[in-house]
Amino acid sequence: MSGTNLNLKLKVWRQASPKSVGAFVDYQVSVSPDSSFLEMLDEINNNLEKNNQDPIVFESDCREGICGTCGLVINGQPHGPIPRIATCQLHMRNFKDGETIYVEPFRATAFPVIKDLAVDRSAFDKIIQAGGYISVNTGGVPDANEIPISKEIAAEAFDSAACIGCGACVAACKNSSAMLFVGAKVSQFALLPQGQPEREKRVEAMIAKMDELGFGACSNTYACEAECPKGISVKNIARLNREFVKAKLKSQNVEA
Amino acid sequence: MSTLDSKIPAGPIESKWTNHKFNLKLVNPANKRKYDIIVVGTGLAGASAAASLGELGYNVKAFSFHDSPRRAHSIAAQGGINAAKNYQNDGDSIFRLFYDTVKGGDFRAREANVYRLAEVSNNIIDQCVAQGVPFAREYGGLLDNRSFGGAQVSRTFYARGQTGQQLLLGAYSALSRQIHAGTVKMYSRREMLDLVVIDGLARGIVVRNLITGEIEKYSAHAVVLATGGYSNVFFLSTNAMNSNATAIWRAHKRGAFFANPCYTQIHPTCLPVHGDNQSKLTLMSESLRNDGRVWVSKIKGDTRKAKDIPETDRDYYLERKYPSFGNLTPRDIASRNAKEVCDEGRGVNGGHGVFLDFSDAINRLGQKAIEEKYGNLFEIYETITGENPYQVPMKIYPAPHYTMGGLWVDYNLMSSVNGLFVLGEANFSDHGANRLGASALMQGLADGYFVIPYTLGNYLATNKFSSVSVDQDEFKKDEQGVNDLVKRLLSIKGKRTVDDFHKTLGRIMWNKVGMARNEKGLKEAISEIKELREEFWKDVNVVGSDKDLNQTLERAGRVADYLELGELMASDALHRNESCGGHFREEYQTEEGEAKRDDENYRYAAAWEFQEAGKWDLHKEQLEFEYVKLSQRSYK
Repeated sequence: MSGTNLNLKLKVWRQASPKSVGAFVDYQVSVSPDSSFLEMLDEINNNLEKNNQDPIVFESDCREGICGTCGLVINGQPHGPIPRIATCQLHMRNFKDGETIYVEPFRATAFPVIKDLAVDRSAFDKIIQAGGYISVNTGGVPDANEIPISKEIAAEAFDSAACIGCGACVAACKNSSAMLFVGAKVSQFALLPQGQPEREKRVEAMIAKMDELGFGACSNTYACEAECPKGISVKNIARLNREFVKAKLKSQNVEA
Repeated sequence: MSTLDSKIPAGPIESKWTNHKFNLKLVNPANKRKYDIIVVGTGLAGASAAASLGELGYNVKAFSFHDSPRRAHSIAAQGGINAAKNYQNDGDSIFRLFYDTVKGGDFRAREANVYRLAEVSNNIIDQCVAQGVPFAREYGGLLDNRSFGGAQVSRTFYARGQTGQQLLLGAYSALSRQIHAGTVKMYSRREMLDLVVIDGLARGIVVRNLITGEIEKYSAHAVVLATGGYSNVFFLSTNAMNSNATAIWRAHKRGAFFANPCYTQIHPTCLPVHGDNQSKLTLMSESLRNDGRVWVSKIKGDTRKAKDIPETDRDYYLERKYPSFGNLTPRDIASRNAKEVCDEGRGVNGGHGVFLDFSDAINRLGQKAIEEKYGNLFEIYETITGENPYQVPMKIYPAPHYTMGGLWVDYNLMSSVNGLFVLGEANFSDHGANRLGASALMQGLADGYFVIPYTLGNYLATNKFSSVSVDQDEFKKDEQGVNDLVKRLLSIKGKRTVDDFHKTLGRIMWNKVGMARNEKGLKEAISEIKELREEFWKDVNVVGSDKDLNQTLERAGRVADYLELGELMASDALHRNESCGGHFREEYQTEEGEAKRDDENYRYAAAWEFQEAGKWDLHKEQLEFEYVKLSQRSYK
């Protein structure tokens, strides 16, 4: 660990409010290679505050890659150049001295910019509220071991459930599609016996909400999987499509 | 000084909760929707409470400062959740989980609460499985378990190294379902800045809308706080960046007693500090101690690489000193021993770090088996440090992680303010002076799913409520107070940044109110914190405006509260002339260097009543141990 500091030029997207026009602003930094990307931004902000300037607004919380709060587009890639990590897990040793780095918010119609690098991803919550759950009340459930689930199925359901809801899949997609996010949740429950009773209703409700909120369609570029910090597979989208078709065949809803 | 009524039900410990539930008054199903309940915080405790109360038919308003309830820091818990299922046939039982928790907490928790916790632990696992939480399974399809520190049975349920995430997403899905059903209204990106007490009852909160900057008021018949712990008083901790004490601290200033603030848990397996600009510390799950062996060199200032240090020069100090628990001693003991060997100069490169070595386990079980158990943790480690733990031992060091102290609550989880209930890490109730691994998730969900739905109903059914409106004077006065505070922070325009003050406070806390404390250091800490607090109010620079998203302003309010809370932690640690669990006073240790309790004089929970910053009154709740015999903890 440790080494000599890197000197970098940052071009950071600054935008005062959702409606105002944004632009890149340049910052020159010298940073330890052991520092994380967000710690570098912390330091820039500390210096801005010392000079009575407004710090760059960006969001983060756990800084361990699990809460899904952070999310920046770094040099054109959601969560930066290293695969399978969130922005908060990106360390400066992955950059070269003298490099110029572009920092932007996740961009999608369904994720409006709030300020600078912070965006509103509440559309994801709305999709879950539409049906991303198993309808059981607290209490009155069977003993946990009364529902045997094979190790393989449990593991596959876990792989889908590992989604952190960061929105990188949407930011990576040229259509701003949320199919990977929705597919992951639909898959988790479609795989498990507990999810069977509402299997069809769930997928229909979640897809309808997703469409309503302005997310685009999937055109199979797989950019979502490539940028997903948890490596959620596009197989989840394939399963989502199958689940949706099966549900529609049986559906009581007569829709176009 | 007065005594506190913990309202522990009479009768044998096995039947207290059952009898109590029967004796609690109920609210008629048709009347439930007439009651407004505010739940602040949407982590495990808050989300499970809001969802369960919504299912019952109450009119719930849930608040979170996050953009989504799914972000709460419960999500970062890695290792697992305990339950007394005894699926492994290894001798576990409700009584054993109860016993281990009381003993692990070094006899400073309330027996009745801990027993109830152990009792409902099994329901939690059932509930989570029904929600579709993908726990780890064995080939036969049944649930798998693993061991954790402080226990000799395998009772920990887990979902790879992401158990907290999966449990929180379970509670979040239940909450989402109630939001959809309209029983819960979700107010995200709101930070609670005051509690409104009318005629002695908690009747509402004042929040700041973090996007618009507007100060908003909400009324209710009861207020439930589930806002987590206060480890971030140390600046560097394993808590998330935004985890803070403000909600409980503002409630404390409105009359809620703060109990055992000095009981803080320093987690033994975190990544060492890399430099001055570090923003937080990363935890490596304690489950790693199942297969990792902790060691340092026998030689001071040894700068050889791990692989160049021969077996004969290695000191597996936990295995040496605690042969029966070995690397699985409770957290407080593991942390203190790491500090001790590093203070002796035997840490990695003579610094602050010890090795956590998996080479034996990899040789014995194969790399694939280790990958299956800990794969994601090893990846996290490599991402942060640039080193591959399959090839070289991890370097770890203790870091502030969890706070056992919190707002005092009675058996019903009600604070000293009527109608103010406190759940999860935010209360002080179940872990005594030290929490065992995989018990935080258990407590959060026990409180939210299985305790508050009963006890809150009783409170509502047994009290008369006048109608209140957010336009009445009490609300307006508190709103004004919040506005004044915000204006005052913005008007100081000093020279030092908020983070600068927070880091300075953190250093005082870590050095003098950290893993080992003594009278001299604590007295110094108190006067240094007082000085720092004065300086803060003269010289802090909070940039920006109060009319929109201003993260500096958010942090400034939190740091202002830490500057008061830090002093209370030091005062509590100074008053407690004994060592117990995570509170280690150097003056009070056994000949072998273990924590030495003074049961005669300190067998109580210390609940502090706020008078003004720097001035508190002490109330004591005497603790009785009828079922677990008081003894010197031994893990040897």
